[in-house]
Amino acid sequence: MMNILPYLPQLASGLSVTLILMLASLCAGLFFAIIFTIVSYSDTFFLKKCVDLLVFFIRGTPLLVQIFFIYYGAGQFEWIRSTFLWTILREPMACAIIALSLNSACYTTILLQGAIQSVPKNEIAACEAIGMRKWLAFRRIIFPRAFRLAIPAYSNEVIMILKGTSLASTITLLDVMGMTQQLIAETYSTVEFYLIAALIYLILNGIITGIFRILLHWSVVPQQSH
Amino acid sequence: MNMHVDGFILQILLGTIVTIKLALCAAVFGMVIGLIGASLESISNRWLRYIAASFIFIIRGLPELLVLFFIYFGAAVILSQLFGHYVDVSAFVAGVVALGLIFGSYASQVFRGAFLAIDRGQIEAGKAMGFSRAQIMRRIQLPQAWRHAIPGLGNLWLVLLKDTAIVTLIGLTDMMNQAKVAASTTHQPFTFYLIAAGIYLLITSVSQKLIQLFSKNANRYMHT
Repeated sequence: MMNILPYLPQLASGLSVTLILMLASLCAGLFFAIIFTIVSYSDTFFLKKCVDLLVFFIRGTPLLVQIFFIYYGAGQFEWIRSTFLWTILREPMACAIIALSLNSACYTTILLQGAIQSVPKNEIAACEAIGMRKWLAFRRIIFPRAFRLAIPAYSNEVIMILKGTSLASTITLLDVMGMTQQLIAETYSTVEFYLIAALIYLILNGIITGIFRILLHWSVVPQQSH
Repeated sequence: MNMHVDGFILQILLGTIVTIKLALCAAVFGMVIGLIGASLESISNRWLRYIAASFIFIIRGLPELLVLFFIYFGAAVILSQLFGHYVDVSAFVAGVVALGLIFGSYASQVFRGAFLAIDRGQIEAGKAMGFSRAQIMRRIQLPQAWRHAIPGLGNLWLVLLKDTAIVTLIGLTDMMNQAKVAASTTHQPFTFYLIAAGIYLLITSVSQKLIQLFSKNANRYMHT
């Protein structure tokens, strides 16, 4: 086996890029998912259709196409290049985060909608019975309940985004995958470096699963004993 | 602006056929892997069960891109060392194997769930009627498991279709690759990636309709 110590700093920088991509996309994704979910339960027909269309488009196309579309596609228009938008859209990091956040937002919206559907109907009826307005019930009862229901599925979503970050290496970013490719090009140790990358991803997976296990444990509602 | 678009669209459509062919091959290979995985996980030998479970865990935890690159580039290195001369791995085969393994590791869970969803009484009834083990499998278990497996397999098929886009990175001339060539030759990346996205949307939408039909057909004897 070869000595990987000299390559550790590079691998660590790759890891940090992967983590930044993942965390930024997850935060932005969750934020937009909540907005999309609220919109889809509001009464504005036009906005609802917009969210539906975006979710349909994002869920029906590969992440790679979305990343290429945002990173390369934006450059086709002169008018974009002359505005301030171009300072964002020419950065691969920003494009990768935009694509991953959009992805995460749309998949999480579906999750949250499903979770809201499975909030027990009698609890919603109880809100109406004590005279809560729609948004108050949403904020105090339905949303907290739905979040709790969505936790197990959301952990899968987080792992999906982690796996998705590897596609950022296709637009020149040096995340774990990109760094691995570069190290392989330098050293010709193909199998070894892929195994190291695999190990890094598996460990990250383990950490995410662990965090969600704790979250799930915390979020359990204390049941009233009969 | 539109002067070269037509010729490239023909290329992209040819690429679409490659994409669909790849997805179909990977799905068939994946189903076999999934069935093997499901049966390994349900037999009583503990070691085989552990091996199957950890293999599934590893494949599911890795990015699709890493699995693909490992099989395409890694296998070339390993095979070359084994045979002592350079071995060229075909991009199509590597794509089928990588995507099939990913599909299979998820499908094994779907199959396991589907077989567990069949009431044990049915198998016992089969035994009581004097059916052999193979007959029970073919006549009772498979038709019913199929019904339970369709929604799960349908989702996996949609995921697989989208995952096929990454094979373009190992140089297979699929639809995505043709779109990339068109985009860089004409300097119209927006147009061509939008076309590619549209074709993927079309394929996934048609697939969804077909899955609904399959599901309806498989459930036709059920009283609702």
